Amino acid sequence: MKVEAKILIGLGVFFGLMCLVYWNWSLENAGGVMMFAAMLLCFLPGGYYYWWSRRMKARPEDDPNATQAGGAGVVGAFPGTSIWPFTLGMGSFFVVLALVFGIWFLVPGLGLVIWAMLGGTAEGRRGGKV
Amino acid sequence: MTDLLKPPVHVDDHGHAHEEHHGPSGILKWITTTDHKVIGLSYTVTAVIMLVIGGMFAEIIRAQLATPNGTLVSLAQYNELFTMHGSVMIYLFAGPFAFGALANIIVPIQIGAPDMAFPRLNALSYWLYLTGAITMLSGFFVSGGAANFGWVAYAPLSNSLNTPGAGADLWIGGLLLTGFSAIFTGVNLCATIFYLRAPGMTMFRMPIFTWNMLVTSILILLAFPVLTAGLVMLYADRHFGTHIFSVAGGGVPVLWQHLFWFWGHPEVYILALPFFGMVTEIIAVFSRKPVFGYKGMIFATLSIAALSLGVWAHHMFTTGVVLLPFFSIMSLLIAVPTGIKIFNWIGTMWRGEVWFSTAMLMALGFLVTFLIGGLTGIYLASPPLDFFTHDTYFVVAHFHSVVMALVLAGMAGLYYWGPKITGYLLNERIGKAQFWFLFIGSQVFTFPLYILGLDGMPRRMAVYPHDPQWKMLNDLSTLGAVLIGISTILFVINVVVSWKKYPAGDNPWDGHTLEWFTTSPPPHHNFYRLPQIRSERPTWDYNHPGHRALGHGQHEVHTQHDSEVPAS
Repeated sequence: MKVEAKILIGLGVFFGLMCLVYWNWSLENAGGVMMFAAMLLCFLPGGYYYWWSRRMKARPEDDPNATQAGGAGVVGAFPGTSIWPFTLGMGSFFVVLALVFGIWFLVPGLGLVIWAMLGGTAEGRRGGKV
Repeated sequence: MTDLLKPPVHVDDHGHAHEEHHGPSGILKWITTTDHKVIGLSYTVTAVIMLVIGGMFAEIIRAQLATPNGTLVSLAQYNELFTMHGSVMIYLFAGPFAFGALANIIVPIQIGAPDMAFPRLNALSYWLYLTGAITMLSGFFVSGGAANFGWVAYAPLSNSLNTPGAGADLWIGGLLLTGFSAIFTGVNLCATIFYLRAPGMTMFRMPIFTWNMLVTSILILLAFPVLTAGLVMLYADRHFGTHIFSVAGGGVPVLWQHLFWFWGHPEVYILALPFFGMVTEIIAVFSRKPVFGYKGMIFATLSIAALSLGVWAHHMFTTGVVLLPFFSIMSLLIAVPTGIKIFNWIGTMWRGEVWFSTAMLMALGFLVTFLIGGLTGIYLASPPLDFFTHDTYFVVAHFHSVVMALVLAGMAGLYYWGPKITGYLLNERIGKAQFWFLFIGSQVFTFPLYILGLDGMPRRMAVYPHDPQWKMLNDLSTLGAVLIGISTILFVINVVVSWKKYPAGDNPWDGHTLEWFTTSPPPHHNFYRLPQIRSERPTWDYNHPGHRALGHGQHEVHTQHDSEVPAS
């Protein structure tokens, strides 16, 4: 976890320095704000990983001498099939078409999106069809 | 490397261990699948179709320019064609092919994971990409035609007065959908690489392709939200009466260029880094050596990513409102890590036992073509030269050298990983013919454009003055485009001819990384067993137990081929 944290924090520090130089030199706000936001976007997960890396023992994937048996156990739940991503995708498609062809496309669009959100959440709670 | 240990057993919430998977088949499988390999294959097929569509637009453009006063298409149609050619190739082919298709299939297998971290989100990414592509292309079927403001949609050309009609809105909508698709894939790849690596697969043992995909994903997360925000503002300007990009209402048109290129330049590396990763893997495997300068390669990739966020305004030098020295210095600096990569690729081949398979030839073609595109990029990073060549064919030639290099690398990836995905090899003889057409075609296509650009021919024009030299150079470029078209047809022929003909076996290239340890195609959840991981090439270590694991920079040359490639 430490390497992951260092990559993100390192990138964040670089963006911070670049932002400082650029903003002071150019006095142009759009780029300055975007670089500052990029720095924050790196610090947020990077800081979280760093905070965790100090509180957890090394995972098997961080241990150069780990054996495959050492990683045995539950990795996670991986749903085999699910209809909800397709439903959500089609819903989003109709929502975007509403931007172009008229507000009435929102009816099927938002309908499908809400249906998919409910269905997907329920499926997640059940553990999915694996 | 004596015994194989049982891999972790993946258990679902109900506590069932499952090795075999029985799901729906046919179209229902395609619609409901969450398996990263099936989704990746859907991405691959869709992206290759987009390559063919974008390629056909390009052929029409080149046919129009074969004569000075071409009448094949009208001026308005020409505007739609170059806009949609750029949009399809950048938004719908190059990016999704890299991080949707190949990374989706290969990254989880390379790190020993059973699937992507969020399989349903992965499926959603594909549906957003497909519907985004349909949305953008459907512009051709509405009155007024498809978007015609160039793939960069500069304000104020893209406002509702200058570009009315549904085509432009469909372009914005399609881009919103594919943008979200890319962001979700970025999140998914980051989480997969951070959390689902096999035991012993430390960060500095990950294959270079996986490393590059991680860095690409971080760049996607930094860059794409800016584009999405920009598109929302553009839509608001067009329809809700805001004046963010219009001078009349107190807005700033150049702000669109800042937002667009703050996404657009990292996007160049989002497109390029995955292909760099593919080429690194292929050159190492076919030189029968470990990657030369493994850590140097990783730090070069990270430096490219870091610098890429500080170079966006080199696309805007001629606006006169950007800080020239800053952007020039940052752009020139990127040449350093890129140069490190090129030397490392050469170092990997140095004193290796190079096997000139189709994949390796394509990778070498990438190296040459990318070097040309990269070097002309260094010219353009210098403001005095950029002022002279901005908006001429020199710029077009520069980025077409780069993207043709990426097409070569992508083809290398298909020849290299195709057997793993399908279980069957492609025909090598047709593959080599395809390579020569593609490689020579790329150079014949771009070289005349460099000269035309230096001679002052502006880009995005459908007609040009009668001038024997300009006509000759344009004809030459059109010939190159025809050669590239033939190479694409050869690829399709190859897929048809080789269909289920040459069984690949699990490890046809004596590969280094974990994907060559599992079966071809891999089973549901990828692995029945995993080797011990003690270096960045666990499969090679397992298959060559006599060789000790050597430190970085050391290598042993070996010539053993595990299998023969069909010659006809």
